Amino acid sequence: MASKVVYSPRDPMLKKRDDFEDVLEERRRSGDLRYALRCYSPVLYKGPTTSKASELKTMVLQSDQLHYVVNQVSRESGVPLDDVQAEASVILEEMAHRLQLSTVRFFAFTLSKVFKAIFRSICVNEEGVQRLQQVVQEHPVVLLPSHRSYMDFLLMSYLMYTYDLPLPAIAAGMDFMGMKVVGEMLRMSGAFFIRRSFGGDKLYWAVFSEYVKTILRNGFAPLEFFLEGTRSRTSKSLTPKLGLLNIAMDPFLKGEVFDVSLVPVSISYERVLEETLYARELLGVPKPKESTSGLFKARRVLSEDYGSIHVYFGPPVSVRSLAEGRVNRSQFSLTPRHIPRRPSEDVHSFVNDAAYRLVRAQEENMVLKPWVLLASLLLQNQGAGQNRGVPLDELIQQAVWLRDLCRQFGAFLHWPDQIPSSEVVSSSLSLHGGLVRVSEDRVYLALEQEPHCSLTAEEELLSQAVVVLSCASYRNQVLHVFLRPALLAAAIHTASSSQKQEVYSSFLFLRNMFSNEFILCPGAAVQDFEEACYLLTKVGALHINQHEVLTAERGHRTLAFLTSILDPFLQGYQMVCSFLCEDATQALTERRFVPAVRAFIIKHLLKGRLRYPEVLSSDLQRNALAALLRLGAVQKVQGGEESGTLKVNRVMLNSLEDTLGGRLSTQKALRAHL
Amino acid sequence: MASNSCGGGSDRQMAAQHRLSVIAGHLQRPSGSNTAVLAAECKGQGSKPFVSSENRTVPRRRQEIMKWNGWGYSDSKFVYNKKGQAEFTGKRYKLSGMIIPGLKDWMENTFGATLQHKAAATPALNSSAVPPPTLNEAFVEELKSTGVPFSADAEDRVFRAHGHCLHEIFALREGKIGRVPDMVVWPNCHSDVVKIVELACKHNVCLIPYGGGTSVSSALECPPEETRSIISLDTSQMNRILWIDEKNLTAHIEAGIIGQDLENLLNESGYCTGHEPDSMEFSSLGGWVATRASGMKKNIYGNIEDLVIRIKMVTPQGVIEKSCQGPRMSTGPDIHHFIMGSEGTLGVITEVTMKIRPVPEYQKYGSVVFPNFEQGVACLREVARQHLRCHYHHFFLSPDNFNLMFSTGHALKPQVSSIFTSFLDGLKKFYITKFKGFDPNRLCVATLLFEGNREKVLQHEKQVYDIAAKFGGLAAGEDNGQRGYMLTFVIAYLRDLGMDYFVIGESFETSVPWDRVLDICRNVKARIIHECKDKGVQFPPLSTCRVTQTYDAGACVYFYFAFNYRGLSDPVHVYEQVEHAAREEILANGGSLSHHHGVGKLRKEWMREAVSSVGMGMLQSVKDYVDPNNIFGSRNLL
Repeated sequence: MASKVVYSPRDPMLKKRDDFEDVLEERRRSGDLRYALRCYSPVLYKGPTTSKASELKTMVLQSDQLHYVVNQVSRESGVPLDDVQAEASVILEEMAHRLQLSTVRFFAFTLSKVFKAIFRSICVNEEGVQRLQQVVQEHPVVLLPSHRSYMDFLLMSYLMYTYDLPLPAIAAGMDFMGMKVVGEMLRMSGAFFIRRSFGGDKLYWAVFSEYVKTILRNGFAPLEFFLEGTRSRTSKSLTPKLGLLNIAMDPFLKGEVFDVSLVPVSISYERVLEETLYARELLGVPKPKESTSGLFKARRVLSEDYGSIHVYFGPPVSVRSLAEGRVNRSQFSLTPRHIPRRPSEDVHSFVNDAAYRLVRAQEENMVLKPWVLLASLLLQNQGAGQNRGVPLDELIQQAVWLRDLCRQFGAFLHWPDQIPSSEVVSSSLSLHGGLVRVSEDRVYLALEQEPHCSLTAEEELLSQAVVVLSCASYRNQVLHVFLRPALLAAAIHTASSSQKQEVYSSFLFLRNMFSNEFILCPGAAVQDFEEACYLLTKVGALHINQHEVLTAERGHRTLAFLTSILDPFLQGYQMVCSFLCEDATQALTERRFVPAVRAFIIKHLLKGRLRYPEVLSSDLQRNALAALLRLGAVQKVQGGEESGTLKVNRVMLNSLEDTLGGRLSTQKALRAHL
Repeated sequence: MASNSCGGGSDRQMAAQHRLSVIAGHLQRPSGSNTAVLAAECKGQGSKPFVSSENRTVPRRRQEIMKWNGWGYSDSKFVYNKKGQAEFTGKRYKLSGMIIPGLKDWMENTFGATLQHKAAATPALNSSAVPPPTLNEAFVEELKSTGVPFSADAEDRVFRAHGHCLHEIFALREGKIGRVPDMVVWPNCHSDVVKIVELACKHNVCLIPYGGGTSVSSALECPPEETRSIISLDTSQMNRILWIDEKNLTAHIEAGIIGQDLENLLNESGYCTGHEPDSMEFSSLGGWVATRASGMKKNIYGNIEDLVIRIKMVTPQGVIEKSCQGPRMSTGPDIHHFIMGSEGTLGVITEVTMKIRPVPEYQKYGSVVFPNFEQGVACLREVARQHLRCHYHHFFLSPDNFNLMFSTGHALKPQVSSIFTSFLDGLKKFYITKFKGFDPNRLCVATLLFEGNREKVLQHEKQVYDIAAKFGGLAAGEDNGQRGYMLTFVIAYLRDLGMDYFVIGESFETSVPWDRVLDICRNVKARIIHECKDKGVQFPPLSTCRVTQTYDAGACVYFYFAFNYRGLSDPVHVYEQVEHAAREEILANGGSLSHHHGVGKLRKEWMREAVSSVGMGMLQSVKDYVDPNNIFGSRNLL
């Protein structure tokens, strides 16, 4: 409950985690129909609850909050009050969910069938479920699952149904509404739909936020939304979006409920259904529009083996204890609570910190499969020609080494110790047969194409990149474990001396550079540095004293691994910098940035000047641009004819690029920025 | 006591002699006490007091009639008799001498407090435990020459070293005595006070004014860091009504008079003030002014700030008072507002001119049952909106399974004499819970008292009941209302019974805008339960609340909090932590630091937050000007 739980403890090895139980085991033993029709009587919130979706709508439409905004909009726009009110109810109609138990039962039935067909097991920490059962009765609950697949919210509702927990109201993107039948079915199983962007639309915002708050205040149902905003295509956690979290905390901050419990849920897939789809998307094949027919095409997935899923319900985090000493709640008592107000500076930073902590909590409880380690190793040792890939026995030996390192870093690794390592490795490899090949006792990524295709060099590169990016998405799952030590390793690498101060400023530079790329809690630089130092000292890779950071004799392997795990990102960011310096034209806009930088990178890859096809990931490119915008190396022109174009500060970009490449000390670079 | 007005007529001298003999009765004390028994004449009063002042409730030696370690009169308390039934002793109250059948079960069910587990209090004050007085010899010498009575007797001093906060009473029951005043003085009139304050300034001693001793803000506690001699200035003998002005409907009263005496004396002339705080049996007019008190009939008569016309206060800089009795003035910030709420930090309030009203011709009690607290509050809000306040008042409500008002009310319901009434009661309960479908665990009761002329009372009664009906309220009879009214005075005695059986608790109040009433009630109650669990309290606490006052823009909310402390090593500390957390919660939810209890030393830490740094600076600069040497060194408020 306490806020401390969210913080990583001093020694991550000591982290205690619950055991898992397989939900499908029971499903395989008894009939799905009976399961779907069984008596469902969830535990309910102790406060007064409204159970009807229609009552909920009435409450929203009659709320003071909405009345205020309706009046305001009517006054400002000159549209008659009744029309605005009518518009509000249209918005609400479009948004609101219509939970029906029959639909839920239908899903319970079909999902059981599907899950049993494609997954080996769905493992859930039942202690987490019990905690949730407790907390659902006490306070309004917000479920915050990680988002890696469309499957996530179906799976969540499925589990809630299975464990007799109240079905959540799920905030879903409007794009689902495009899927006619399925959209409505999702609506009837508890999803409500929000437009992806409604920036200036006051009325929409008012209806939306009031709808969400009414759900919470009345204990109607747990609220569920994705902190990351969208599915992560890279399997890295995304920078949290604050909008919904802000709304979800509001009833507590304004004293309308005693507390709100936030429950981070980590869903980890052994094999993500959308793995190559994501890779293609990152490479510039646009995302297919969600459509029902598209879903049916996905039928072939039914014949595949997607391994197991682990769902970890983290300890509930009380908003009250998070806010203790951080937010002065009495500030909300000075204006009527129904008048919408921008969150004050302290509230904003509080919500932001909380969001990061929650995403970190999600990350920490993600279960890592052995394949994740193999993917990391394979990406680092691709070799070429006769020497492509890694000999199998060497890979096994490396994997065991990495497994132990991982565990010392406190990773939540699911490596079956009772099975010989060679079997663990080979079964992982066979599950991911689409990405990896084993021949002549060598293991390598499945990069080459069938010979009959005649492809251009560029097409071949892109198809290889699909495999690399798919693999990278598995490696990315483990990044959060290695991130801080890897930043330190890279900092040692780039720092001009072993002076602790110097290393720290390198670390700070890299951390700052990559804070759009990875989840790095704002304001926790010192803490992160200390954690990295602690971990690397613990594994014997570094000696750290008052003034110096020294590499230990046996630390080279660890440091080399850590540096190279970060290397694609370092190279990628340098690429983006050099693109902006060399190739950016006057009329470069944000929209045209990705295709342009992609072409630039393809050129470099083909010339052999760049080793990592994963730099082609548009996610990396966008993150790099966001970082450069944040640092002021690139500026977006506001207004005028050139509005929206990017203005480049070449001097700064050059120095950033050199610093990333270790050619310029961070001290100088920092000075240059100032 | 004596009116002793000057003028020197022999009949007055005679009267003074007579009163002296009365006083002498009060002054019998153990030999060896260094008290000067003197009834000095008070000079300077221009006229004869309007009402004589024999037979006042509070004697100089409070210990003659009051408990030394609990609430109220020594003869009145809840006890379990030999049959194990709860009984209220004494003869003073309507409830006195009655058996209260439900109380024992209620104590058991609510707190798990059983007869087997008794926490006995120290039976009598052990004078040797009282630290010897630090006397300022020069001051005492000069004081003697003025003829103002004083005492350094241990009992006298201990009686004036505390109010009625839980920790204060708990310590007394344990026989623990901390810093107490070194001396008690009993001025008889304004000019006595002037002399005392002059001497205090001259000899640099610390003065702490003492009125009725009902403070619940640690305001009477002697600051332990005070090294000077501390003199408790007991105003209880300044208790006369000096005049009544029927043309303007005002009365000029000495500030030491206690509430019930004031009301009784005015009633003799056919008037009342209408100021009836729950503590009115013991609290004093000066205390009301010094803490910004509020009474339960304030909806008709107003709070103390609405009732005072003129105040006279003696400060180290001299006497502060206004030059006329105009009903309102535009003369800069109202200097009365430096005095009201000054909590004894600036001076001693000696005389007050206040409004009076003719005693109402007709009174009628009433009560309404609501299906839940939310509906009850909505009804109160509507009644306030319609400005029906003029002729109803004392509206209070409590949620949680009849708790307190109904449950306690029920528990406190004296044995009924006739079978018929109990049958009727059962029938009513049946009607409410079964027929009307009220959930007995959620319903709440509002008690009402209407007063004024008969016609208007009946008319307003109907209006209020009509509104109540709109919010699902059912009229629940006059006797429930009357019972609620009666309860206000005995409820304080209940805590002493609790403490005999390991239950400690207290009430605290706040004021809050209407739209936050429900939220603050829910959150503060939940916070209390949460904190108790957190602090290891073994039994579920009682955590409930009621709305006691309504205003145009908000309401006053009382919280009741008590728990069984068996199994805790430092119950008072736990209690204080929980109360502290509850106050934080109140402030976070938009409640005020205090509605009428005041700040004292208990709530000082939040003052800056409550009034801003500039506000604190303003108050501090007033203090610095009026009392640069901190003669009034109670260290309250700032």
